[in-house]
Amino acid sequence: MVKPSKQIIRPYGDRRDDGMVQLSFTLPVPLSEKAKEAAAQFTKKMGFTDVKVAAAERAADQYTFFVVYARSNVTLDYAEIDVPEVVVRKMGFDDLNALIKEKVRRRIVVFGACTGTDTHTVGIDAILNMKGYAGDYGLERYPGFEAYNLGSQVPNEDLIKKATAKHADAILVSQVVTQRDVHKDNSRQFIDAAKAAGIHGKTLLLLGGPRVDHKLALELGFDAGFGPGTKPSDVANYIVHAVMKKEGTESADAHYQGEPT
Amino acid sequence: MSGPFIDDARIAEARKLADEIVNPIFDLIQRNTTVSNERTVLRFFGISGAGARGVPLANLMVDKLKSAGVLNRGAAYWYGRALQLGASSPLDAVERLTALPTDKMGPLSPEMEANLRDAVREEARAAMTELKARIAQRNALREQFPMSPAPHKYVIVATGNIYDDVDQARAAAQAGADVIAVIRSTAQSLLDYVPHGATTEGYGGTYATQENFRVMREALDDESRKLKRYIQLTNYSSGLCMSEIAFCAAYEKLDMLLNDAMYGILFRDINMRRTFIDQYFSRRICALAGIIINTGEDNYITTADAYDAAHTVIASQFINECFAKRAGLKDWQLGIGHSYEIDPYREDTLLLELSQAMLVRRCFPDAPLKYMPPTKHKETDIFFSHAYDVMADLVAIWTRQGIQLLGMMTEAMHTPLLADRYVALKSASYIHRAARGIDEEFTVREDGKIANRAREVFAKAEELLRECHSEGMVAAIGKGRFGDVKREETGGKGLDGVLEKAPDYFNPFLEMLEAS
Repeated sequence: MVKPSKQIIRPYGDRRDDGMVQLSFTLPVPLSEKAKEAAAQFTKKMGFTDVKVAAAERAADQYTFFVVYARSNVTLDYAEIDVPEVVVRKMGFDDLNALIKEKVRRRIVVFGACTGTDTHTVGIDAILNMKGYAGDYGLERYPGFEAYNLGSQVPNEDLIKKATAKHADAILVSQVVTQRDVHKDNSRQFIDAAKAAGIHGKTLLLLGGPRVDHKLALELGFDAGFGPGTKPSDVANYIVHAVMKKEGTESADAHYQGEPT
Repeated sequence: MSGPFIDDARIAEARKLADEIVNPIFDLIQRNTTVSNERTVLRFFGISGAGARGVPLANLMVDKLKSAGVLNRGAAYWYGRALQLGASSPLDAVERLTALPTDKMGPLSPEMEANLRDAVREEARAAMTELKARIAQRNALREQFPMSPAPHKYVIVATGNIYDDVDQARAAAQAGADVIAVIRSTAQSLLDYVPHGATTEGYGGTYATQENFRVMREALDDESRKLKRYIQLTNYSSGLCMSEIAFCAAYEKLDMLLNDAMYGILFRDINMRRTFIDQYFSRRICALAGIIINTGEDNYITTADAYDAAHTVIASQFINECFAKRAGLKDWQLGIGHSYEIDPYREDTLLLELSQAMLVRRCFPDAPLKYMPPTKHKETDIFFSHAYDVMADLVAIWTRQGIQLLGMMTEAMHTPLLADRYVALKSASYIHRAARGIDEEFTVREDGKIANRAREVFAKAEELLRECHSEGMVAAIGKGRFGDVKREETGGKGLDGVLEKAPDYFNPFLEMLEAS
C-alpha cells in the first residue's frame, strides 16, 4: 500500500492553523479573581497558550464554572491516523426501527426469560423492559420488536413452547446465578430442549448474564452471548442484523460496529 | 390565553368518561389488599427497622402472616394481637408474632376482638397525630420561606451516594433550583421491599430509603433557611412499594412524589391489580401529607411517536386525574405529566408543542402540571441541545406550568455535571423572567394551526376514552392503547402479593384517611 503524504493539521477557529480550542470546566472554589487565575493556570498547565478566561460564573457557593478559549501548538499528521472502517455503524433506537421497517417489513418477535431455578430478573428486565438500562431503551419500547418477557424461574421447555407458538425470531436466555456452574448446566439443557423442539439452528438463540461471553455461548451451542455491561441496543442490533442475514436482505459476511466476537 | 379551543361541555364529558372507566377498578381496590399496603400499615406503627441481613422488619412480619394464611385480616389486626400478647415495643411485637406457631393464631372471643381493635385504633390515632405534626413542621417552613414563582425549576441528582447527592443538591439550590429529585438506583422499583438505612452505592441513582429521605430533607431545610427560599424534595413512589415509599416520604416531609396509576404496569411490567391497589393507598397518604404527585404520561411519547400518540397522553391524564381525585388528592396536588418530545426536524414543532401544552392547560386549569424536557431526540451536540431545551422553557412559561424539569445539554451522554445544571438553571431563569405573562399578551387564533391541532388531538383522546369505556380499562391496556405496551391482568410482577380481604379485615389508617 502506498503511504499517503503528510497532512499536518491543527484545530481551526477563525484562521487556518490558529489552534483555537474552547474549554469549559468547573473548579471547586468560590468565584474570585484568584479562582479566575487558577482557571488560567490550569489551562496553561495543559499546554495551551494565549489563554482567555471568557466566563467565570458562580455555579454555587463553592463552585465556579469557566468558559475558556486558548490556543494549542500541538499538531498531528492526519495521514498517520489509522481507523479500520466499520461496515455498518451501530444504530440507535430510531435508525434501527427504520431499518426493521424497511428491510424486515414486520415486527421481530423476541422471547426472553431467566430460566431454570434462577430467580434473578434483573438481566432480562434490563434488556427487554420498556425502561431499559442506563438510559438505553429496552426492546419492548422498540416499535420494530414484539418482545415478551416471561420473567424468572421459567422452565426451558416452557420458554421454547411459548416462543414457538408465536413464531419467535429470537429467544433470550438469561443466567445470573453461577454457583457450581449451574448456568452452564441449565444452558446445555436449554440447547438440548431446543434441538428436541427442532428450533436449533433456525430460531436465534441468545445467552446473557454476568459470567457469559460470546465464546462461552458459542461453545454451549447458542448463536451469540452477551456479558456484563451489555445494553439493550447491543442485543437489538445483533438481532436485526442476524434476522436480515437469515432472510437474505444483508450479506452473510457483513459486519457491523459492536457485533459480538 | 391557552385558548378555549374546545367546548367546556366536551371537557366535562371526557372527565365523566374517565370517571366511569375507573369505576370497576375501585371494586378491585376495595376488595383486596397487598403485601406492600400491609407493610405500610406496620410502618405507620413505627416498624421501620431492619433485622438480620438488612431484611426490613415490616417484610419479616408480613411474610410470616402471609405464609400462615392470615394476612387477609390485616397486619394491623395482628399487630394488635402481638400487643395483647404483651409486646412492649414494635420490635418486640414483630418478634412475638414471627415466633408464634400458626395454630395459635385462631380467633378470640368477640369481646376480646372488639377490645383489641379499640386498642389498635387508639395507637393508630396517636401515630397519625405524630405524622400530621411532622407535616405541619414542613408547612411552617414553607410559609416562612416562600418558594419562587412557578414554573418551579426541577433538577435531578443521581450519584448513587446520598452524601454526594447532598453536595450536588445544595449546589443546584444555590444556582436557583426549586425542586430536587433524587433518582433511584436502577431497578429499585422491582424490589418488593424498601432498603434500609443511608446508602452510598447505587447504579444510575441512589436507593430510596427512609434514612436517605431524612438526610436529604435535612440538608435542604438548612439550604432553604440560608437561601430564604423553600427548596422542595421529590422521589419515586412507583414499582412494587408505592404505598411504603409514600409513607416514608410523608414521614420525612418530602414535597412531591412521582406517582402514576399506570406507569408500573406499562413500563416496569408490574401486575395490573397490584399497581391499582397500591396506588390507591399511596395516593391517600399523599393526599393527607400535602404531597404533590407527578404523573408519568411523558413516558408514552418516548415509546410511541410524540406526534402520533399525543392523544394518549391526554386520555391517560383524565384517567390519572380521576384515580387521584378518588384518593382524596386536590387539584393543587396534581402535577399532571407531559413533555416536549416532538422530533425537532419536523416543521412547526414549536407550534405543535405549544398546542399540546395549551391543551393540557385547558383540560386541567387548576392543576400545577409537570412539564418534562426533550430526551428522545436529544443530540450530543450540546449547543443544539441547549437551544432545544430553551424552547421548552418558553413553552413552560407561556402555558403556566407549575413544575418544569429542566433539560440538560448533556442528556444522552452522562448524568448531569454540576455545571450542566447551572447552565440550564441560568437560561430557564432568563426565559421565565423574560416571558412571564406572555399568554395574556397574545390570544391564540381559534382558526390557526395551534387551535386546530389541539382540537384534532382532543377528538382522538375522546375516541380513546370512549374505547376504554366500552372495552374496559383492562382490555384497553391489553390491546396496547397506552404507550404501545400490552399487559394482561394476571401478568407481570407482584400478583402473588395481592390478597382478597377477609370480611373482618382491619386497617385503621385507611379508615382514617378515607374519613378525612
